[in-house]
Amino acid sequence: MEKTLNNKAWFMVLPVLLIVALNAVVPLMTVVNYSVQDTFGDNVFFFEGTRWFSEVLASERFHGALMRQFAFTGTILVIEIPLGVAIALAMPRSGFWASVCLVFMALPLLIPWNVVGAMWNIYALPDIGLLGYGLNWLGIPYDYTQQPLSAWFTVILMDVWHWTSLVVLLAYAGLQSIDDNYYRAAQIDGASRWAVFRYIQLPKMKHVLTIAVLLRFMDSFMIYTEPFVLTGGGPGNSTTVLSIDLVKAALGEFNLGIASAMSIIYFLMTLLVCWLFYSITMQGDQK
Amino acid sequence: MTRFRWLVPTLYILFLMLPIYWLLNMSFKTTNEILGGFSWFPADFTVASYVKIFTDPTWYSGYINSIIYVGLNTVISVSFALPAAYAFSRYRFLGDKHLFFWLLTNRMAPPAVFALPFLQLYSSVGLFDTHLAVALAHCLFNIPLAVWILEGFISGVPKEIDETAYLDGYSFPRFFTKIFMPLIGSGIGVTAFFCFMFSWVEMLLAKSLTAVEAKPIAAVMTRTASTSGYELGLLAAAGVLTIIPGAIVIYFVRNYIAKGFAMGRV
Repeated sequence: MEKTLNNKAWFMVLPVLLIVALNAVVPLMTVVNYSVQDTFGDNVFFFEGTRWFSEVLASERFHGALMRQFAFTGTILVIEIPLGVAIALAMPRSGFWASVCLVFMALPLLIPWNVVGAMWNIYALPDIGLLGYGLNWLGIPYDYTQQPLSAWFTVILMDVWHWTSLVVLLAYAGLQSIDDNYYRAAQIDGASRWAVFRYIQLPKMKHVLTIAVLLRFMDSFMIYTEPFVLTGGGPGNSTTVLSIDLVKAALGEFNLGIASAMSIIYFLMTLLVCWLFYSITMQGDQK
Repeated sequence: MTRFRWLVPTLYILFLMLPIYWLLNMSFKTTNEILGGFSWFPADFTVASYVKIFTDPTWYSGYINSIIYVGLNTVISVSFALPAAYAFSRYRFLGDKHLFFWLLTNRMAPPAVFALPFLQLYSSVGLFDTHLAVALAHCLFNIPLAVWILEGFISGVPKEIDETAYLDGYSFPRFFTKIFMPLIGSGIGVTAFFCFMFSWVEMLLAKSLTAVEAKPIAAVMTRTASTSGYELGLLAAAGVLTIIPGAIVIYFVRNYIAKGFAMGRV
């Protein structure tokens, strides 16, 4: 669409700008402030330069949390995206059953995150939870409070449970936008099921799937509440992802310099991904 | 193969419903029965946990507080985002692309980074422990999202409609409220749904910005878990009750869900 040049449009954007700036700029400056200073209490601060940054970047603990974060985000993307697409393909295209599917599938998305954590906490308990009891009954040794591997499995399964529906709904919306004539043409050409998927459905879903991948990437990168309620980052440090480590440093140990430096590094990483996201989706819009 | 296609969504929904069923199952048991061992159904069916929640003000006020700040946030987010989204969709202006990008970055800001600075900010302006503080804090991610979704829907309305209205002598405010807003009604509905959703599910900021007066249900739940022993039945019932508002909202927007999740950008 052709847009007209009108600098007065700034007045329509101004309210949004003010309210988001209050929420974003002020806290961000606070964090930047802490990240270059040290204190011995009594509100007396000393300038420390980049000391906290070099300390964080060199620390084993930060590397560990970052590695776990990437492992977590990578695993859930590999599971959720193909699974979501497969379910969307198998769903009824219209009618009563399509509505039923959509309503049930959207449900996990609207449950408060701490309740998701608490629900899985109970569900996975080895003695009284259905999942934990069931796995042990099958002869699989499972106890997420003791074994790191079980804890990992539970955290990932919980995320798959919580967020695959988002991918399903996005992919489904993409599929709905395909005109029936494409399918008819494919039928006349005698195209196989795979060819229909590869050359009609996948290209049409490309745009929404980009949104899905990036949304899932960013949201899983800042995940905090669900694993915190489920495992508290344990056993040991095995499920301590970036946000959990950050809150531990800031509020648990009151190590504000370290925590702020971590925040800023963390924020810069999300900024980079956000830039990729923006350029890719905007490119799609222009087509 | 096509004959068994219904099996895939059915199994998936079963997988989704099992933990919810387990929570429901727990909520009708007494705490002693829950800790006693594994069972598929409550042997000693009781609604005592629900009665306790609906009669004890420390419990039900948590729900009321949550609903107040979520409603407040939805109204603020949609009404602020609407003119901005119109401007981004229709006009070019100095720095528009950079501004839009900057707004989006806030959707991706990790709340854990902001919890402590928010606490200091809202305490210093005297808003700590008010519904407004939580509603404003949630604007950090809801306003960018609302602008983004609305921009998608507004761009779907042909510009000729605006121009025709001006030729017919409509002033901008009258055109916007009488003609334009009804046109993007479903977009506004979808946006409100998303603002509701993200404000309702976020608990980290809501918890750290409140103490007594505006305490959300999440804070009530954690406190109960720690002070009065491990009352699993009560906790499960409280959890079940937090699912209900979401389920009601989904029912109302069920016909727009698929399109809405693509944010008007299919």
